[in-house]
Amino acid sequence: MDTLALLADGFATSLSPINLLIVILGVTAGLFIGAMPGLGSVNGVAIVLPLTFIVPPSSAIILLCAIYYGAMYGGAISSILLGIPGASTAVATTFDGRPMAQQGKAGLALIAAAVASFVGGTISVVLFTLFAVPLADLALAFGPAEEFALVLMAFTTFVGLGGDDKLKTIIMICLGLVLSTVGLDLISGQPRLVFGDLPGFYSGISFLVLAIGVYGIGEILYTIETSRTAPQVTPAKITLRELGDGIRTMNKMWRTMSLGSFLGFFVGMLPAAGATPAALMAYGIARSTSKNPTSFGKGNIEGVAAPETANNAASTGSLLPMLTLGIPGSPTTALLLGGMVMWGLMPGPMLFIEQPDFVWGLISSLYTANFAAVAINIALIPLFVWALRMPFTVLCALVIVLCIVGGFAPSQKMHDVWLIAGFGVAGYLLRKADYPLAPLVLALVLGPLMEKSFRQTLIAEQGNVLAFIERPLSGAFIAIAALFFVLPLVKYLRKGGVRSIAPAE
Amino acid sequence: MLVADRVIAIAIMALSAYFMWHATALPIGWNGMTGGPGGGAFPFWLSLIMLLSAGGVLFRSLGQERTSQHFFDSHTLRSVIAVVVSLFVTIALIPIVGSYVALPLFIFWYLRVFGGHGWILTGSLTVSTPVFLFFFFEVTLRILLPKGLTEPLFFPLYAMFF
Repeated sequence: MDTLALLADGFATSLSPINLLIVILGVTAGLFIGAMPGLGSVNGVAIVLPLTFIVPPSSAIILLCAIYYGAMYGGAISSILLGIPGASTAVATTFDGRPMAQQGKAGLALIAAAVASFVGGTISVVLFTLFAVPLADLALAFGPAEEFALVLMAFTTFVGLGGDDKLKTIIMICLGLVLSTVGLDLISGQPRLVFGDLPGFYSGISFLVLAIGVYGIGEILYTIETSRTAPQVTPAKITLRELGDGIRTMNKMWRTMSLGSFLGFFVGMLPAAGATPAALMAYGIARSTSKNPTSFGKGNIEGVAAPETANNAASTGSLLPMLTLGIPGSPTTALLLGGMVMWGLMPGPMLFIEQPDFVWGLISSLYTANFAAVAINIALIPLFVWALRMPFTVLCALVIVLCIVGGFAPSQKMHDVWLIAGFGVAGYLLRKADYPLAPLVLALVLGPLMEKSFRQTLIAEQGNVLAFIERPLSGAFIAIAALFFVLPLVKYLRKGGVRSIAPAE
Repeated sequence: MLVADRVIAIAIMALSAYFMWHATALPIGWNGMTGGPGGGAFPFWLSLIMLLSAGGVLFRSLGQERTSQHFFDSHTLRSVIAVVVSLFVTIALIPIVGSYVALPLFIFWYLRVFGGHGWILTGSLTVSTPVFLFFFFEVTLRILLPKGLTEPLFFPLYAMFF
């Protein structure tokens, strides 16, 4: 019941006129960003982050979370109307959303997506509220050894569970960690990796510079090739009767939607997984447990509902470890974490004790963001149809200008703008060569914490490396990390073994 | 695709070696005095892992067949290079002629020349973007964007808004 009282206090913050306005603004911006093919929540948060200096820190985080939320709703819009996922998280929505639109049921598909997103968002926010306090309490027992072990575990999930090439994943994790060490050494205070004493590198490489480069400039370069021709927008109009019908149809799908929500929430908590695999998994489960599996892929409304509940639930799920443990569950939450640190709000268990107003204000704003998103989403559908007709070059030009100015604003150094351009080109090439970018961004954000906790532990334990294993919690984390790391190796060796036997047969 | 994969792997190996060389400026070994590794250890050993992994990617690619799939087709390559060059030129121009000349120039080039849009769309965005930037960053946030040569032109505006 303690939680309820805290949540009620939180609503006092989030229902204040300024924060309500911010949520509505953020959700609307997020919906448009999510609806644009090529731009997703992570791009939106990266590009908009420098602009949030305009509001106080706690409101800025609420704004960014609202954008994150809105983008998750918005991703479905272009999946359905264009057949191109608005963000990678909405890939699974195209499978049945597009056929529905082609059958003239675009309006129904959009309503289904919005309602499913709302259900997924709401169930996961309730789960979030229930889990936040126990998890933060547990995290209070963490010392530097546990922190290091937890970060290590977060990285090994990319190797063990991520679908990308293992070697390339390891390269990107290491690259992010090395880039995070640029600047002054935390312990000795000496400059390192300043590349011939370039003064710009003394303050280190900001996560924002990497994020704007990779997710802003890099993303635009990447979409140049995919958006050569103007896509065909399917018209969609929504009448009140359709809305009623849609909601009644959705009411029959509680099993699919609640399954998608729980699945999405727990998958979303894992750094390597997140909303895209959660949505695909939910789609797969909905199809295999359906009475009529052959209708999937041909415009089954359940095929829209399942992935949309899961990807929204996953976005809330990935906020949980970020806020309670300080370990982000996705690249977008890594940027939120970076932003919070920049504003002097250090995520982690202490935040729940020191800044309860902020924490519960944020959590309760997730509830209001959900309501705002579903209402604005359905109300603005005609506007989205119009906006999707906007030529892509216009969007590109404006995003690039925002990246340049947004990169300059926080530090006011041209050095950072050059870095953004460099990271943009490098990120584009790496992505084309199948190097995963999420571990890179996560590593840059978590690098300082990882190195600090590692060296603090060793200094406190007089150089005893076994300290990481001897402490029970940290030992358990290290064991799980080792398991994730060995998993692909075992798989590889077993496959290799089979291959060596095969010619003998 | 295979060639690009190899080139990128070699580039990462070179980058790792370069990082390792810079990391040796601080002690990379075990520091007996304080306990734990020295300041250069973290970047040095991680770069070494990066070097070895990139070596692994390169080694693996040696056994693969050449595929017909290209990393770039000529049209994509031309558009990407055009955008990248214009981006670099714009950033280089900002400290000289100022953001309020370089950025509209970029928008004009992108919309009119690269995108082939009409004069009305190009003109309205070329004019409205710098106005928005000025009011958002300079007036509201008090973040001054670089103006280079055009700085004196802004004195009357400063007097009006600050």
